[in-house]
Amino acid sequence: MARITVTVDGVTYEEEVEPRLLLVHLLRDRLGKTGTPIGCDTSNCGACTVMLDGTSVKSCSVLAVQADGCDVLTIEGLAEGDRWHPLQRAFHEEHALQCGYCTPGMIMAALDLLRDDPDPSDEAIRHGLEGNLCRCTGYSNIVRAVRRGAQTMSGDAEAVRGR
Amino acid sequence: MIPAPFDYVRPSSLEEAVSALADAGEDAKVLSGGQSLLPLLRLRLAYPSVLVDIGRLPELRGIRDEDGHVLIGAATTHDEVLRSPIVHAECPLVALATATVADPAVRHRGTFGGSLAHGDPAGDLPAVAVALDMEFVVHSPSGERVVAARDFFLDYLETALGPGEVLAAVRVPKLGEGWGFHYEKFHRTAQAWATVGVAAAVRVSGGAGGGPRRVEEARVALTNMGPTPVRATQVEAACAGVELNGSATGYAAATPNGAGPGAGLDTRNGCGPGGGHSALREASAAAAEGTSPPADLHGSPEYRRHLARVLTHRALLSATTPA
Repeated sequence: MARITVTVDGVTYEEEVEPRLLLVHLLRDRLGKTGTPIGCDTSNCGACTVMLDGTSVKSCSVLAVQADGCDVLTIEGLAEGDRWHPLQRAFHEEHALQCGYCTPGMIMAALDLLRDDPDPSDEAIRHGLEGNLCRCTGYSNIVRAVRRGAQTMSGDAEAVRGR
Repeated sequence: MIPAPFDYVRPSSLEEAVSALADAGEDAKVLSGGQSLLPLLRLRLAYPSVLVDIGRLPELRGIRDEDGHVLIGAATTHDEVLRSPIVHAECPLVALATATVADPAVRHRGTFGGSLAHGDPAGDLPAVAVALDMEFVVHSPSGERVVAARDFFLDYLETALGPGEVLAAVRVPKLGEGWGFHYEKFHRTAQAWATVGVAAAVRVSGGAGGGPRRVEEARVALTNMGPTPVRATQVEAACAGVELNGSATGYAAATPNGAGPGAGLDTRNGCGPGGGHSALREASAAAAEGTSPPADLHGSPEYRRHLARVLTHRALLSATTPA
C-alpha cells in the first residue's frame, strides 16, 4: 500500500492505495466521483479524461500513485454552484450529446484545447478532440458546442476584464 | 480491467532508480508516462513485480541545444517536445512525427524516451530515431553507455536495454542546412497506430538561382514494416542524384511522365517536367525490399508493402517540396 495526497475538484484527500489502483478507480470507487465514466479501458475512447495539474489525461491510463501530490479537475468540478460551466451549457444548447457517456471526457478535452487555443477553428476542434470517441452524435454538434463554449468563455473573459 | 499486483517505487534520482532496478531483478519494469505500459498491465499482457517510476526525475526531463546535437531527456513528454522551439528549429522531423503520436491527452503523459524504450515497431518515433541516427544514452549500475539507434531495436518490443538499465536521454544529431523532412503515416482512425509510416529526411542542393535542384542525400525509415524499424537503404541509394525538375509543388506535380517500364532511374535526367518526381516514384518502388511486415486486422503483409511504396513516394515528395 502507498499513501497518497490528491486534490480533486478543490478538496484534498489522503488515501491508502494499492499501487495498481488506476486514477479513474480512485475517483469513482473511493471518492465517489462517478461523473467520470470508464469507456473502453484501453486509452482509446477518452471518456475518462480529466485534468491532471492543468492538462488533460486519460484517467484509465494513470496510476493513482502517479497522481500523488497532484491537482485533479473532473467534470464535477466545473460548475460553480448551480451555474454550469460555459462548455456544459453549450453542449446542452447545441444538442452535443445523446447518451451522454462521452460528454464528460469531451468537455474536459475541449477545456484543454481552449487553454492553448481560445478561438479554435473547426479543424482545430476536431484535431483537439481526436482522442475522444462519440458513438451517437457524429461529432458535428460537438464541434459546434465547443465553438459556442469558446465564444462564451472569451466573452466572459472580456466581461471580467471590462469590469 | 485491473492490473495484477505489483510494488511501486519512486526514486528521487537517476542513481537511485538504477539501483532500485538492480535490486528488483529481472521482473522489474521502468515506468515513465505509462501510456504504453499501463494498457499492457490492464490487459494483463505484462506482469512486472516492481514498477520503478522515473517520470518525475528532473534530470530526465527537458531539451537542450548542445554542440552538434539536441539532447532530449527520456522522460520529456511528447507535449513538451512539441512545444520546444529547439526541436522545431534543429530536428523538425521529430516534431512532425511526434504530432501524429496518439492524441493530446496521451501526449501529455507519454514520453519521448518511453516510446523508444518500448520498442514497438508500430510506434512513430523508432523509425525517426533510425532515420536520424539518434544516440541513446543508457545508465546502469556499471555506468553510462551510448547505443546507436541502428543497434537499439532488436526485435518486437525488445531493445538493447538490459535488466537494470535505464534510458536517460537521446541525442538527436543536427543535420545542418539544406534538409527537408516529412513523416507520412497511414492509419485507420485518428489516434490509431500506424498501419505503415515513413520518415524521410532529404538534402537537396541547387534551386533559386543555384542551378537545378538535386537530391544529394536521403534517409528513409519505415514504421511497422517488420519487428523493428527499418532503413530503406535501396530507396536512399536510388534517391541520390535525382534531379527535381521545374518547380516542385508536391503531389500536384507528381504526374507520371510516360517513362515506360524498365526506364528506371535513367529517366531522372532531362526527362521534362515531373521527371524528378517520376524518379522519386521509381526510387520508392524499392521501399518494401528486405522488409517483413506483420499481418493483422489492419492489413496483410502484401498490403503493407504496397503502402510502403506509396507512402515513401509521398514522404519524398513532401520532404523535397520547398517550404
